[in-house]
Formats: sequence, C-alpha cells, structure tokens
Amino acid sequence: MRTRRTIAAALSVLALTAVAACGKDGSPAGSDAAAPTLPTYAVNKAANLDASPVWKKAKAKGKLTIGAKADQPYLGFEDVTANTRTGFDIEIAKMIAADLGFAPDQIEFKTIVSANRETEIIGGGIDYYVGTYSINDKRKASVSFAGPYYIAGQDLLVKKDNTAITGPESVAGKNVCSVTGSTSVTQIQKYVGEGKKVVQYDNYAQCVDKLLTGEIDAVTTDDAILKGFGAKNAGKLKVVGKTFSKEKYGVGLNHDDKVLRDAINNALKAHEDNGDWKKAYDATLGLSGAAAPAVPALERY
Amino acid sequence: MGILFEGDNFALFRDGFLQTIELSAVSALLALLLGTVLAAFRVSPVPALRVFGTVWVNTFRNTPLTLLFFAVVFGLPRLDVHFDNFTLAVIALSAYTGSFVCEVLRAGINTVPFGQAEAARSLGMSFGQTLLHVVLPQAARTVLPPMSSIFIALPRNSAIAGAFSVAELYSVQATLSDKGYDILAIFFWVALAYLLVSFTVGGVFRFLESRLAVVR
Amino acid sequence: MSTRTATATVLFDTPGPKARFRYRLFGILSLIAIAGLGWYVWAKLDAAGQFDPQLWDAFQYTAVQQRILDGMLATLKAFALAGVLSIALGALLAAGRLSDHLPVRAVSSAVVQFFRAMPLLIMIFALYHAVFPSKPMPALVLGLTLYNGAVQAEIMRTGILALPRGQGEAAYALGMGKTQVMTLILVPQAVRSMLPAMIGQLVVTLKDTSLGFVITYPELLYAGKLIASNSTGYPYIPVVIVVGTLYIGLCLALTGLAKWLEARGRRGANRRTPAAA
Repeated sequence: MRTRRTIAAALSVLALTAVAACGKDGSPAGSDAAAPTLPTYAVNKAANLDASPVWKKAKAKGKLTIGAKADQPYLGFEDVTANTRTGFDIEIAKMIAADLGFAPDQIEFKTIVSANRETEIIGGGIDYYVGTYSINDKRKASVSFAGPYYIAGQDLLVKKDNTAITGPESVAGKNVCSVTGSTSVTQIQKYVGEGKKVVQYDNYAQCVDKLLTGEIDAVTTDDAILKGFGAKNAGKLKVVGKTFSKEKYGVGLNHDDKVLRDAINNALKAHEDNGDWKKAYDATLGLSGAAAPAVPALERY
Repeated sequence: MGILFEGDNFALFRDGFLQTIELSAVSALLALLLGTVLAAFRVSPVPALRVFGTVWVNTFRNTPLTLLFFAVVFGLPRLDVHFDNFTLAVIALSAYTGSFVCEVLRAGINTVPFGQAEAARSLGMSFGQTLLHVVLPQAARTVLPPMSSIFIALPRNSAIAGAFSVAELYSVQATLSDKGYDILAIFFWVALAYLLVSFTVGGVFRFLESRLAVVR
Repeated sequence: MSTRTATATVLFDTPGPKARFRYRLFGILSLIAIAGLGWYVWAKLDAAGQFDPQLWDAFQYTAVQQRILDGMLATLKAFALAGVLSIALGALLAAGRLSDHLPVRAVSSAVVQFFRAMPLLIMIFALYHAVFPSKPMPALVLGLTLYNGAVQAEIMRTGILALPRGQGEAAYALGMGKTQVMTLILVPQAVRSMLPAMIGQLVVTLKDTSLGFVITYPELLYAGKLIASNSTGYPYIPVVIVVGTLYIGLCLALTGLAKWLEARGRRGANRRTPAAA
C-alpha cells in the first residue's frame, strides 16, 4: 500500500517536472517582417508634477500602474505566450508614461474590463486608464478625461466574402453579436429589429470565434476594436467601414487631478505633433489596411 | 431606488425577470427528469449503465458551471448541434443540476428500508416496478429537504447564462450598470427579484413536505 | 463500494443465466452506443480542426504554463480562505438559528435566507464595486464566504436537529448549560454525520471561485479564458479540455481527502466503541 502511494507520488512529481521542462519561450514567429516598426519614446527624467497627488504617489513607489484591456488585438492585447502587451492603446499609455518620467520597466499594466473602469480609477487601483474609453458626460461625473486621442465609431465586422451586409441598414433580421450589456447592443438592436435578439457574450473574441464558424453574421462595436480583429484574422474577416456613431476615446483618470490631466494632454499633443502617434497607429491598427484617421483635437477643460 | 421607473428600464427588468423564471423552470424540470434517469442507472442491474451514471455525475458535479457553459456554447455547434442560446443554457444548467439531483435521489434510495424492496420483489415486481412504485415514492419524502436546496440554488446559478447571451437578470444588471446607474440601486432591485424567486421555491417545497409528511 | 452492492442486491434479484445474458447484451449495446457517440464527437471536432497542432500550440509556452499554474494557485488561495471562513460563519449562523433568543434567531434566519438566494455572480460584482473597489480578492472571498456560510449553516442546523432528542435531554439532565450541550454533545456528533454534505459544499466553494472572472481575479478559469481568446484560432475547446481536467482533478482530490478523513474518523470511533462498552 505504502509503496504504491510512493510510486504514485513520484510519478506525479515526474509528470510535473516534465511539463515544466518542455516549455518554449517567446511568442510564435510572425510573418510581419515587413511591418512598420514601433516608435520608442524618450523618457523625460526631469518630469516633476508634485502638484499631482496621483503622480507623486506613483513616483514615490517608482511604479506607474496603468489600466488597459487585454483581449483586443492591436489595440489593448496581452500576448499570453510571451507575457507582453501590445497595441495602439498600449502605445498611447507608454508615450504618456515616458513624458511623465517613467521608463518602460517602471510601468505595470493591469487588466480592467469595461464594467470595472470607474471603480478602479476612483479606488486608486490604477493611475490612469487607456482602453477604448469613450468620453461622455455621465462618466465625467465620476472620473476625468484627457484627450480624445482617437475618434472611433460603431461599425460591423463580417466575413471577407460577405457582400450582403454593407452597413447598419442591411442587418435587419441577421444574427449580430456584441458584448453583454454594452451600448453597441442597444444601438444595433434598433437596426436588427424587434424579432431578433442581438447575441451577447462577455468578450469580443467569443463573438469573433462564432463569426468565423459562421454561426453569426456580423460582430458590431467600435471600428478600432474591429480593425484589430480584422488584422488578426487577415484574409478571413473585413470591417465594413461605415460607422454609425461617434466615440471619442480618452485617457481616464482621477476626477480631481487637473495637474495630471493637463500633463497627459500635453504629452498627447507632443507625440501627436512629432509623428509618434501616426507611427504607433501604422504599426498596430494600421496593419488592418485602414489608413490613419485625422488626429482629433484635444478637449482641455 | 427610482431607477426602475426611468425610461425603458422597467420593461427591460420585467423581461429579464421572466427570462430568469423561464430558464430556471425549464431547467428544473429537465434536471429532475435527467437526475431520476441517472439515479436509476446508478442502481440498475446493468454494469455498463452504472459506470455511465458514475462517470456522468463525477464529471458534471466537479466542473464549474461557467466552464460547462463554455463547453456547451462553443462545443455543441462544432458537433453540428445547433440550438438557440436559451436552449444551450438549458442544456448546461440541467446537465449540471441533474447530476446533483441524481446524488440526492441515490442517497434517498439508500434510506428506504431493505424490507420494502424485498417485499416488492417477493411479489414478483421487476427492477423498474420496484424502483418506480415502491422505492422512489418513499425516497421522495426523505429527499425533499436536500432537493429544495438544489432548486433554490438553480435560479441563482442561472445568472451565469447572462454572460452567454440569455437576456436574464444578470444581463439586465450588466446593461443598467453600463448605462451608468448606481450599482447599489441596481443591486437592490435585482436582489429583490431573486429573493422573490427563492422564497417561492422554498414555499413550494415546504408545502410539499407538509403534504407528504408521515408520522413514523 | 459495499453500500452500492448492498443496494444493488436489494433492488433486483440475483440475475440467473438468462438475465445475465440479457444484461450483458444490454451492456454491450450501450457500450457500442456510447463508443459511437464518442467517435462522432471526436470525428466532428477533428473535422472542425480542433485537434490541429496549431490550436494546441499555446500550451507549449512556458509563459502559458506559468499562467495556468498561477491561476491554479490563485484559485486554491481563494478557496482555502473562503472554505475556512465559510465554515466559521456557518457555525456562527447555525448557532444563531438555534438560539433561545428570538431577535438572534430572526436575524440569523434573515441572513441565511438572503445570502442563499443571491446569485454569487451578482453578489461578487456588487461587493467589488461597493465595498472593495479595486481589490478583487477580498470581494471574491467575502462573496464566497457569505453564500457558502449560509449553506453550511443550514447543513449544520439540519445535522443538529436530526440527532436523537435524548442526546440533548440527557446532557441537560446532567446539569450542563446550553453552550456545553452544544459544543460538547451535539456539534461533535452532528459534524460527523454531516461531514459528507459539508465537504460537498466545499467542492461547490472551490468551483465557484471561477466566478472571480467578473472582477478579473486571475484564477484558473480567467487564465483559461484569456489563453483561449488571445491565441491564434481561438482554442476554446482545447482550453475547456485542459482547464476542465484540472478542475475535475482538484475537486476529486478534495472529495478523496474528505473520504479519507471520514474513514479515519470512523476508524477511531470503532476503536473506541468496544473500549467504551
């Protein structure tokens, strides 16, 4: 009895070490050798924002915590095989951090889903948030926004060979998918009609998977998010390219920290002017084939 | 607390509530049926069926419901089994709850005195007849309290379906919270709705217990 | 094992040669049916490309393995805390519901009824937003504790009420106080008879840690979901297979531990019984 147990224990330890030993490092080799390269941002070591409580706390800790999405390719994406973050929103977050005086190794990204953004910002769990965060008055009551740094609009993602869906007017009675409880659902439901419920899952990858298997006809949300999925599944999916709403993406931060807000706005302005913004776009969302849109004017307040 | 009466919120909430009830009721019926069949399998004279019952119960009782939803919602369509999301949710919920029902029934069957089944057999009843006419009716009494726990848990488990495209109360909560309403105000109404469901189920079981009670 | 054979022999006659043949035939037929179904599932999944190496590639990376391992540890951490706390809360609430004081009884009953009815998913979400902003771990543990504590309380209460009345009466007759009767006489006996149900609820606690995904607590299922949505080809089926196996393994290990503990307890009891007699 005892020997059998010992053998079993030895076997399980062996199995564990075997699993641990055969791991590969790095991420799968991509084919984007010709892809545009990401810009690097010079860290402004002299940055001093002692008047900003959020900045002061982060500086004292030597670490900046930024909230982001993890499941939006080329926008806010976490590569699980290499533990790295990539995407346009991530680049925006990094260029701001550089201007605030934080080197890349001083940044800690924290995955925050849409429903939890205000709670995290108010609770101080993150210093600022960059992740498809639309500026609106209701949110402005509890947090404040720098930017906008990008103007998105609700659009549709369909299979490459789909010619039937050309815009919101052509989705009546079709199976359309989006994220549970989001505004995109309410918006598209008007076009889909009373008889058919919009399919809702808790992230976009689930919708895209169902689109690829043909169970649904279109995925709808902001075009920025869809472009990323389009680029990720190049050759299989396409963005329709007819937006029917206007979402101003901003950087969310503490409601009362005006100093930090101004500093972030300055950082955005500087990087938009020196071409980093465009370079970051081309190396991320631009891979979907959609040309960079015009840089939006900042709304300082 | 007045958020319920702003705009379309009431219609949204009412539909979600009805969907929760429908989902729970349909799943409860199916789970009861499935659980009974599984319990019969587990005490049946055919070894293959006993093994099947044991494997089923151990698999579904030990898998988180959310994971089961993933398996059903993303797995079944790949097996060319196509249903709408409501039916998929019913399948996941009743497969899960059914395994709990089976275990409770099996424990109940074990509490029925041996003499009962022996007497039935001596009258020439078959396995099916013994189980259906003699053992299960008596087991039903002892299993009522644990059964009521299972069916009180079912409506609250059904909330997970909200993340898989069933427009029940959890997804109503998600929609309202995305609209920016105060979380506590939403929570108040949703909590009230679930309490109502839970008290109704509890009441039904108390009624059944008093009807079936026998003085021993 | 022995109980099953006991039931089995009671519910049906020992099969004769004809019945044995019938059972065997039936067994083979059902085996064929199950094997056919299994083959269908395998073939369909294979045709859908679910066994392509590309879909399973993600699991080869150290970072992914580490993430799954970290997820498992996070799951176990939340479970350990919630398990211990829920049993403590359960004991407290059970004592409250059996109290002689009406207000204590009323409050305990209300608490139990409320938390038994609330979906954990909504409970955790609300706790996270209203009580523990940006701290998912305490929100998850508290949510699990409240719900499972309420259920454990009901289990313990039923266990105590199911004991023969003579036990309590005898203890009172010996002049013991209410607390003494409870802690020395009733609870130890009730725990022994209710252990399987309590362990069953602990398994539920372990599984329910997976609801931490709504507040981005990085437990096992959350890790699995992220791997599925962020790897090429969206390997939902492979992730369900891998993560499901891990959960079933964890739960079976917990049940096994419980059975072992129970057997040990019974062995001790048996050893004492002859001496006492």
